[in-house]
Amino acid sequence: MAESEFEPLIVAFCCNWCAYAGADLAGTSRFEYPTNVRIIRVMCTGRIDPPFVLSALRWGADGVLIAGCHPGDCHYVKGNYMMERRFNFLKEVINHLGIEPARLRLEWVSAGEGGKFAALIRDMTKEIKDLGPSPFRRLKSGEPV
Amino acid sequence: MREEPRIGVFVCHCGVNIGGVVNVPQVVEYAKTLPNVAYAEDNMYTCSEGGLASIKETIKKHKLNRVIVASCTPRTHEPLFRSACKEVELNPYLFEMANIREQCSWVHPREPEKATEKAKDIVRMAVARAVWLEPQTEPELDVLDSSLVIGAGVAGITAALTLANQGFKVYLLEKEEEPGGIARWLYKLYPTLQDASETVNPLIEAVKSHKNIELLTSTNVKDVGGYVGNFNVTVSGKDGERKLNVGTIIVACGALNYEPPKGLYQYGIYDRVITQRELDGMLREGKLGKPERVVMIQCVGARRGEIRGYELEAFPKSDTAALLRKILKAKKEEGWPYCSRICCMNAIKNAILIKEQSPETDVVILYSDLRVYKEYEDFYAKARELEVRFIKFLEIITPEIIEGPEKKLNVLAYDMLAGTEVDFPCNWVVLSTPLIPHKDEVVIARMLKIPISPDGFLMEAHLKLRPVDTTVDGVYLAGAISGPKDVSESIISAKAAAARASIPMANKKIRTEAITAVVNEDLCIGCGLCEELCPSGAPKVEEGKSKIVEALCRGCGACAAECPRRAITMRHFGDQPILAQVRAALNHEALKMEGA
Repeated sequence: MAESEFEPLIVAFCCNWCAYAGADLAGTSRFEYPTNVRIIRVMCTGRIDPPFVLSALRWGADGVLIAGCHPGDCHYVKGNYMMERRFNFLKEVINHLGIEPARLRLEWVSAGEGGKFAALIRDMTKEIKDLGPSPFRRLKSGEPV
Repeated sequence: MREEPRIGVFVCHCGVNIGGVVNVPQVVEYAKTLPNVAYAEDNMYTCSEGGLASIKETIKKHKLNRVIVASCTPRTHEPLFRSACKEVELNPYLFEMANIREQCSWVHPREPEKATEKAKDIVRMAVARAVWLEPQTEPELDVLDSSLVIGAGVAGITAALTLANQGFKVYLLEKEEEPGGIARWLYKLYPTLQDASETVNPLIEAVKSHKNIELLTSTNVKDVGGYVGNFNVTVSGKDGERKLNVGTIIVACGALNYEPPKGLYQYGIYDRVITQRELDGMLREGKLGKPERVVMIQCVGARRGEIRGYELEAFPKSDTAALLRKILKAKKEEGWPYCSRICCMNAIKNAILIKEQSPETDVVILYSDLRVYKEYEDFYAKARELEVRFIKFLEIITPEIIEGPEKKLNVLAYDMLAGTEVDFPCNWVVLSTPLIPHKDEVVIARMLKIPISPDGFLMEAHLKLRPVDTTVDGVYLAGAISGPKDVSESIISAKAAAARASIPMANKKIRTEAITAVVNEDLCIGCGLCEELCPSGAPKVEEGKSKIVEALCRGCGACAAECPRRAITMRHFGDQPILAQVRAALNHEALKMEGA
């Protein structure tokens, strides 16, 4: 697949109270961003089990974004801190599996940060376009990894 | 055995909001090809009476046991569609939304084809998730019939009185020694030019003497625990700490009048540069006298977020070009990005008051944009009749103040409409400054877990549909805590907040989301990790097994993610529906993969 045609697929896990609301606000404010992201709503980033992230990568996601409330703003007090701990561990794990750690991102987006959410998707889409298709996706399409 | 899913998909055009970008009929045809989809249609407005009727009829006619509406965000419309399902006895937790407006058509207006593909993906993800949904029962909580109102300004007082008159017990908290808030230093109110004290004093008296209101002055909130129906609040005041148990909370901490930093428009350097607030005081005490000229400057420290692409070169060259460049260079002031809404009317009000007591005084209002909405247009016309002068300056070339002869000040400005420099020797310069959020707001927002808007105010649950609710059940906003408001607007929002708070208290019960943790006791080894990490103390290990106290569980799902035995799952957000959604997101033609 030619580099210019490559459209990455990004799975984004967004918490209901901050990041998902921030994504909604990007829409209400008409902040545009590329169409490459598919959002999955969870109540809290604390819910995001490592297998959710690993499965997404295994099934061919070129990037996984986890977006939650800013430190101190978690609706459930500390779910985002628990996710941050898992995130650091997950980064190590995927690196060992041969997946570039940059494909996995953890970001804080508040319900008021529609502009930040749009900018984040623009930035991440570009970064992953530069990285190219994920190793698992290349494996699926028979390309050398 | 699970019953075989029969899913109905309703794709909304939302007028042109979705239909103008996404090819809705194509999405409907695509939905019909998805496994387990028994029926699909499009609606102009699915949330309209006709749309809801169609959902209800179709559920019965096609024996649907899952419903998906592909339209806007579940954060605003899910309750409406859920209740439609409930009316025809479909469990509301078998309803799912696909957000193809806020998270698709509105953010991809210039890529209709890609947006249509994305909308199909979003519908496919919702269908995959819906297959795994299960009916749930919402737990019912008792609601205490008492309320805490934080802040005893006009908004807090009004909210407290509205609730107390309905028979609810109200604790009204004020950090200052006296209630009244900002209205205590206001002189006259626009547009009636009535004394502020005439409006506010009776309210204060009513609060002090009401049998259902306990007014706690010089008191601050220290900690908030609990949840809707039963908040445990610790307050600290003159007599030490005290615990309050309340069913609802109304936040009415108001806003602060922005005090310009020293040097901004020479404030704090020349004592004849004052704020509108100080002018209010002088007018009340009759200290202004009969000055020759008063110049007011609007938007001081407000609307400074960005400068809207003016270029000096675009204006005709003149003798003053050098001066303009000098002024332009010097202007880089601090401030707040938003329009504070009340300052135009406030300046016009004080201009009229000056003109009424001293018709000879020349009153000049320098503005970059004048915003006089609804009936205030007449108020503005009245000021013009009284020969108050309005002069528009260029945003990037804000007026400059220099010392003039005989202890006077000189205001230099660039009159945008005349295209010339103007120079006003004057006795007083009055700065119109915005209402701004104060630091206490952040502390209270953190304690209550209410998001803060980019402007720094507390954020409502939805700007249009839920203007006094917050994202936290049982917590409401009144007055300028959610953005600048004048006295009448504060009273409107306070009555609205009180009406909202009275609903669960009058019902004495509230149903909360059924999203709670469930323990599989066969897998649980009673390690107690869930008990240790839960932020709300819901899991308790008893006889070697974890048990969830449902009333305490708020449904975050941290225990489900952390349980080393995978013995905990979440209602409505179980592993299977989430993983099915992930799989469906990636079951994309570009990936050439087999289906889930």
